[in-house]
Parts: sequence; C-alpha cells; structure tokens
Amino acid sequence: MPIEVDGKTLETDEEGYLVNLSDWVPGVAEVMAKEDDLELTQDHWDIINFLREYYEEYQIAPAVRVLTKAVGKRLGKEKGNSKYLYGLFPYGPGKQACRYAGLPKPTGCV
Amino acid sequence: MAKANFEVPELKEHPEVPKIEPGAMAHLETFKAKPEFMEALGFPGELSDNWQEQAIDAMGDMLKKYRSLQVYMDSCVKCGACTDKCHYYLGTKDPKNMPVARQDLMRKVYRRYFTFAGKYFPKLVGATDFTQEVLDDWYNYYHQCSQCRRCSVFCPYGIDTAEISMAAREIMDRIGLGDKYSNEIIGKVFRIGNNLGLPGPALEDTLEGLEEDVFDDTGVEVKYPLDQKGVDILLVTPSADFFAEPHVDGLIGYGKVFHEAGVSWTMSSKASEAANFGMFIGSYENMRKVSQRIREAALELGVKRIIFGECGHAWRVAYAFLNTLAGPWDFLDQNYPVPQHILEFTLGELEKGTLNIDKSANDDMVLTFHDSCNVARATRMGDKPGGQFEIPRAVIKAVCNNYVDMPEDTIREATFCCGGGGGLLTDDLMELRVKGAKPRMEALKSVTEEYGVTHMAAICAICKSQFTKVIPYYGFDMDQIVSVHQLVSNALILSGQNSEDEDDESEEDAA
Repeated sequence: MPIEVDGKTLETDEEGYLVNLSDWVPGVAEVMAKEDDLELTQDHWDIINFLREYYEEYQIAPAVRVLTKAVGKRLGKEKGNSKYLYGLFPYGPGKQACRYAGLPKPTGCV
Repeated sequence: MAKANFEVPELKEHPEVPKIEPGAMAHLETFKAKPEFMEALGFPGELSDNWQEQAIDAMGDMLKKYRSLQVYMDSCVKCGACTDKCHYYLGTKDPKNMPVARQDLMRKVYRRYFTFAGKYFPKLVGATDFTQEVLDDWYNYYHQCSQCRRCSVFCPYGIDTAEISMAAREIMDRIGLGDKYSNEIIGKVFRIGNNLGLPGPALEDTLEGLEEDVFDDTGVEVKYPLDQKGVDILLVTPSADFFAEPHVDGLIGYGKVFHEAGVSWTMSSKASEAANFGMFIGSYENMRKVSQRIREAALELGVKRIIFGECGHAWRVAYAFLNTLAGPWDFLDQNYPVPQHILEFTLGELEKGTLNIDKSANDDMVLTFHDSCNVARATRMGDKPGGQFEIPRAVIKAVCNNYVDMPEDTIREATFCCGGGGGLLTDDLMELRVKGAKPRMEALKSVTEEYGVTHMAAICAICKSQFTKVIPYYGFDMDQIVSVHQLVSNALILSGQNSEDEDDESEEDAA
C-alpha cells in the first residue's frame, strides 16, 4: 500500500514499512501516525530522530536496551525504560517507531 | 499493547475441548516471500504454470529420501488421539488445526499420486488431485503448525506432524511458494550472520554497552568478547539475546557465569545466530548452510568447546543434527559435550560451588517454568533421561526460593507450545499466536491464582518474544516473562562485587 506524503506517492511493504529508506521525510512519520490515530509530540520525535541517527551509523535499529539507555542519558533517567517507550508507541518502540522513522522492521525472534 | 481485531479466547478454569468451527482460520494466510527472498535460498522465485507436476516430483523425491514421511502417510488409523492435543486447535476451534486433519492435507495428495488405490479409485480412499485450492489450504494450514510435536507424543503410531509440515513447506518452497518471515530471515543469516541483520559494529556497540551496565551495577569488569581468537569456548546464542527484552538479561547472565567460572570465551560475528530457520522450512540444504557458519567460526577462532545459549529449536539442531550438518567436530575437546547447553554448564558450576549465590535476590518473584517444545520433545541435557526437564528446574531452584510447576499435563514432554514457534513469530499471524497461546495461558493462570506465581521463566528466544507480546491480551504484564539466566544473573554475587548499600541503582528496578 503506497502512502501519500507531501504530494508524493511512496511505496510501502505489506506491513506498512517504507520500501526505499531514502524516501523518508518527516511527513512520513506524520502520515503514518495519523493512520494509527496517534498525535506526534516532541517526545515521539526525540525517539524517531535517535533511531534515524543510530541506523545511519550501524545499519540496524538499536536494541531495546541500547535505546532505553540512550533515551535515559539524553532525556532523563525516568524516561530510560521500555514502559515509557511503550507509552509513546503502543505497538512497540522496535516496530512502530522504526516504521515511522523509515527504518526496516527488525526481523527474527523479537 | 495493540488493539485486537479478533476475538481473544476466554480463559476457562479447567481447559475444555472446544466445539469445532469449520473454516475459523481459513482467512489467515501469512505473507508470501518475494522472488528475491526465494532465489537467495536456491528456490524458484514464484509458482510456474507446471507447479503441480513439480510439486508431485518433489513429494516423490522426499518420500524416497525420508522413509519416515512415507510411514507417516501410510500409518494413520484415524483413532482420534491427536485431535484435542494441538494448541492451535484448542485456541482456534478450526478442525483443520487438528493434527490428523493437518496431516490429511498431504495424505490425500499422497494417496492420489503414490498409492494404487488412490490412482484408480480416488474417491474410495479420500484421495484428491493437487489443485490450487488444495495448495491454498497447504499454505494456510502448514503455516498454522508450530512443529512443536505435542501431538506426536499422544499418537499411538508416533506420527510426527512437525515432520509432515516441514516436508510440506519444503515442497512449497521447491515450487516457488514460500513464506516471507522465515525465508527473508534465512537470507539475512547468509548475508549478515544473524536473523536480525545485526552487523559486526552494531554487535560490538551493544556488547560494550552491556559491559558498561554490568560494571555500573556491580563494580566488576565482566567482559562480553566478540571474535576473540584462541579462547576455549565459543558461545552461539540467538541474536535476539543481543536485541530484545528479557533475552538480553539472559545474555548478561551467561557472561557473569563464564566470568566467575574463570573460563575464556567469545562470541562470533560470523556465528552470531544460534537459530536455524532452515529447520522450520524443512530445507536440509539451508539448514546445513546456516550450520556451516558455526563450524567456520569455531575453526577460525580456534576454540575447544561450543556452548549454545537459550534457544529452543537451535538446541534441537545442535543436539540432534549438528554432527551430520557441520561435523566432524574432532578438533574440539572431546572431554566436554559437543555441543554443550549453557544450562549444563551453569548447573556444573553451581554443583562445583564456583558460583556465590544469594537466592534472596529473586525473592520478589514466585517462578514457574515453561518447557520449550523443541528442548522438551526433541533433545536432552546432561547424561540422564529427562535431563532437559530437570536441569533447567535445578538451575532455577538453585537461584530462587520460590518455584512452582504448572499442571503436569501442560509441562515436560506434554508441554504446550508458546504459540509462536516453527517460523510463525510474525505480526501478520498475531491472531493465531494469541489464540495458540491459550492453553499455556490457562496453565499459567491456574498457578497464578493457586500459588501466587508472578513470573514465568523460559529458555527460548521465540518463547520469550511470543509471550511478552501475547500475554497482555490475557491480562498479564509483559514483564512477567524472564530468562532463566536472568534469574542466575540476579542471584550471582561476583567476586569483588559492590555490596548492595553502594548500589544506588537498585531502586530503579522497583519502578
């Protein structure tokens, strides 16, 4: 199912992840969040931006522990746990946040 | 937790066999693999016009290669013993999820093309042509079997539905029809080294992070080495252990145990995956290729021993098939089991007394243990029959004060699958996964209510991920699932470890 972002049609896979990672613009996250009835706040954007930075360096989404630790360091200890992240992204930070950030879905026994 | 767009089964006080609902799960078809994923595994990219002929050829080939398959096709007497044994039938009510019906999807085609009666009098013996409709049923219902082999325990002839479902998937792959989840993942192992696609630098960064965390917690420099040559032990563990919760807490535990035991060890970026999804798709060739990476890594690193981390089907492949797939292992130290399970190693150290254990560290929990299907019914641990049941329990009891088993007909060799094994741990099968977890959830609920159980420990990456995702549908909390080595880690006091008073982080856990 393709999505419409800023007047452009972008290709996504069966599960709604962007097919071409280079297609990503902030509008992608906005459009996807709207489909999930979720309003993106700065808290969401902090996570999305971190995911994109991490991916750029390591070519993979960060492990849950890496993500919570980084969030704790940057945004305060009380936010460095998976409960906080699930609160922001109810479908799971690993999957929903990655999708908004334009990253491929983590596969395997996760 | 995501909203469910299907009906979550209601947990009953006593499990009951549901009334059948024909076609209840006929709609559930897992995503198909794209041509590029198929071709990377040596299969045709898509179905061709003569797929039927190819499928019958492939079936004939497999009947010759695996005599067991032919025996299973011929020997069912329709006694009905298996009908109420499959967690997917119990959870979905779809009669095609009864093991005998799942087998019959292949049996009716087998009879049509490979038996005298079926060739000449098909209607008399329930034989049918391999039509598109039959193939669609194969695809849907052979991807609703987690190959857990519970039914085979109760079958008087020992018919192994798992083997039939593996053969069916292999036949489908050979005609160009494969599932996305397993096949994409196997391709990632070939390309990158593990199911997740974690490249070396990401592994390194993750492991460094763990070293920091353990140091912050304990004041002890426990190492989590990667690609270190000349050490004694190669640890092969599921890549989920690097990535997911509570898996990573188990990995922290393995490292602490090795540290205290004083052995030298490493992980490998080439063999950064214990899982072997080649088994799920029944493909000997892919299973062999995945296994070869472990052999190559062991040789390159010059290790003397191989130990497997907490992964259910990996232990089946390791325990039962590794010698055939990637042996001979004559270059390893024959004084140790080849390969060894991490629980065997840890129990050995506990018995030797090298580990300083404070069981009260786990006093905030009342534990139970989920026997993983592949470990329970396809392997052994230690040198006594039933070791695969006793050793995990012995380790848990050595590090925890409060332990209770779930009802006897739901554990050990009669254990219920978590509902996500056999290559079904994918979001597009969430309905099946949630419904298939029902028998385990009923058992968990009963010990929760009767004995105040708070946590369920598991020794399989799939079980851990499956449960953390599905138990919220049944009113439990995802934190109630723990790794066995997480419990070991909690209780293990490292030599030179900070005393608790200095540990200002301990409050965090309570949050």
